Amino acid sequence: MRKLLFESLFRRPFTEPAPSTDDAAITELATAVGLAARRRLGRSLSIREVDAGSCNGCELEIHALSNAYYDVERFGLRFVASPRHADVLMVTGPVTRNMRYALERTYHATPNPKWVVAVGDCARDGGCFAGSYAVVGGVSQVVPVDLHIPGCPPPPIRILQGLLSLLDQTAKSVSRP
Amino acid sequence: MPSLIDLMLEGRQIQHHAPWPRSMVDASVWNFAGNELAQGRCSLLGLWGEPSTVHMAIVNEQTAQIAVVSLDCPNRSYPSIGMHHLPALRLERAIHDLFGLVAEGSPDPRPWLDHNRWGTRFPLGDRIDALSQASPYRFLPAEGDGLHQIAVGPVHAGIIEPGHFRFTASGETVVRLEERLGYTHKGIEGLMVGADIERAAQLAGRVSGDSTVAYAFAFSRAVEAALQIVVPDRAIWLRALFAELERLANHLGDIGAICNDASFVLMHAFCSVLRENVLRASDVAFGHRLMRDIIVPGGVTRDLNDEGRKIIELALDNIRLRFPALVELYDNTASLQDRTVDTGVLKPALAKQYAAGGYIGRASGRSFDARKALAYPPYDRLRFEVPVLNEGDVNARVWIRVREVEQSLSLIDQILDRVSEGPLRATASPLFEPREGMAIVEGFRGDVLVWLRLRDGRVERCHLRDPSWFQWPLLEAAIEGNIVADFPLCNKSFNCSYSGHDL
Repeated sequence: MRKLLFESLFRRPFTEPAPSTDDAAITELATAVGLAARRRLGRSLSIREVDAGSCNGCELEIHALSNAYYDVERFGLRFVASPRHADVLMVTGPVTRNMRYALERTYHATPNPKWVVAVGDCARDGGCFAGSYAVVGGVSQVVPVDLHIPGCPPPPIRILQGLLSLLDQTAKSVSRP
Repeated sequence: MPSLIDLMLEGRQIQHHAPWPRSMVDASVWNFAGNELAQGRCSLLGLWGEPSTVHMAIVNEQTAQIAVVSLDCPNRSYPSIGMHHLPALRLERAIHDLFGLVAEGSPDPRPWLDHNRWGTRFPLGDRIDALSQASPYRFLPAEGDGLHQIAVGPVHAGIIEPGHFRFTASGETVVRLEERLGYTHKGIEGLMVGADIERAAQLAGRVSGDSTVAYAFAFSRAVEAALQIVVPDRAIWLRALFAELERLANHLGDIGAICNDASFVLMHAFCSVLRENVLRASDVAFGHRLMRDIIVPGGVTRDLNDEGRKIIELALDNIRLRFPALVELYDNTASLQDRTVDTGVLKPALAKQYAAGGYIGRASGRSFDARKALAYPPYDRLRFEVPVLNEGDVNARVWIRVREVEQSLSLIDQILDRVSEGPLRATASPLFEPREGMAIVEGFRGDVLVWLRLRDGRVERCHLRDPSWFQWPLLEAAIEGNIVADFPLCNKSFNCSYSGHDL
């Protein structure tokens, strides 16, 4: 183990520079994020991930955000274990009827101010599962959505862009008089 | 005594069911099959319904003979297989929830996928209105002094899929774990009904995100079996390339994640880097990190070019360079071994009874691997070994994955050496008459089964059976007597699919 750790000291880090944030996502957020709330948040977001019925593809890519290449914690983005600790609910999947109640309860367990980020094509409108007897539809059918990150699944860099735009908005509005 | 296969052939054999035979049988043969399963003379591959029929796929593991028996249920009931052979229980509960067919004599008639939130009952059979009042789900009892219950989920603490676990513990020790699943039920088999083949293939690729290649592979093979499509040779090689890349990425991720659940983060960090390398190589080579929608009925949609080949070879070289040091680190870290050795032991007898596939079966003495046992192309032309261990603990499940990573590296080398030039996709005109096809493909988690009936270019019925159906119940057995704190570790070492199971 010492050898591996020692090597890591001298090797260039895997971590890559931050991606530029997506303009469309920023505009979407500008309207969503309230000024007062941004002041309180600073440059830090605690995220609670909720799978509301996804195929697990989005979860794999959200997981990848924590690997050494993307290393989301350097941006102040942190995945937390409880909705009680979260600023952001990151919801994936078409919301299934069997998960609707759990999603609502998770939303209500998250303290204000809070934002909901819907990840993946299914999360917008149910995607290819729309119309099923077992599916409610997109996330916005159940809880209000502030930002949607499309893709099937969106690659980690796209998810990161979306989240950074959320932080950018926060920083800008704080520096505003 | 006549063998089961002989008896089934006495039944009315269905025309145009490929590649294995399917027979309509009567209740006595159906029960005989249940008894054969109970005696361990053959294994259950799948059990699924139609509005007034039940089907059961079985395999004789010695001869790799596979057959499907079907029983008409004019009275909306059939003799339970689960009362002889427990692995069928949850499948029967699911058949009841979806089709309303009753398994007579079943020791467990509780609902499974139906949480009484669909607004309807028996959505794939004769629909009726949902019950006005949801009756609470009765968990199995555990009685004794000082027992307490811990309810976990459906929303879990990590970035994982939803499901409910009900622990009964005595102090720290788990006395009983009961799973309650079905939260991610999307009604995929309902959406399949009437879908054209292209849409159905997309749905199949979204049953379980981590096995998107395996599902698209199995679905495509089932369609090809039904319509007698001959897949071009280059596509056959490329499919195995995708499948092995998927296996590699998942195993690397799992090995790290299991160590992470034993609080050994270093392994997780390094394994995640290797996993990311594989995903990026797949992205550059084939345009999608998880290689979704690339295998389609008839062939594949993406080709391998020189750049793709180079990038895959580079990723493989990097794994060969870095992975052995990680395996050594795993093997030589006493504090880590202390968590994984002898934890969550699955007894070989249970793995055999449930016909558990993948690393779960192979860590508990069951050597079945569809790539070897059924030798579907191109695996009939490839050299590889199927690692088997008998300990059945978390450690054994890690080692099976380690060995399979090594085997996949070698397989990808062989594929890249031998992949031939040629067309990527064959087409076939849809037939008006019904055609049935079936396929079993080895995903990273175990054998994925797809059965379907096509008519006039559309899916009339398609059933997709995830390996997790026969693995989830074993987790309940493996955790017994372990401490609650080891559950995440055991769970990750099983890594069953929620979405694949819930459909």
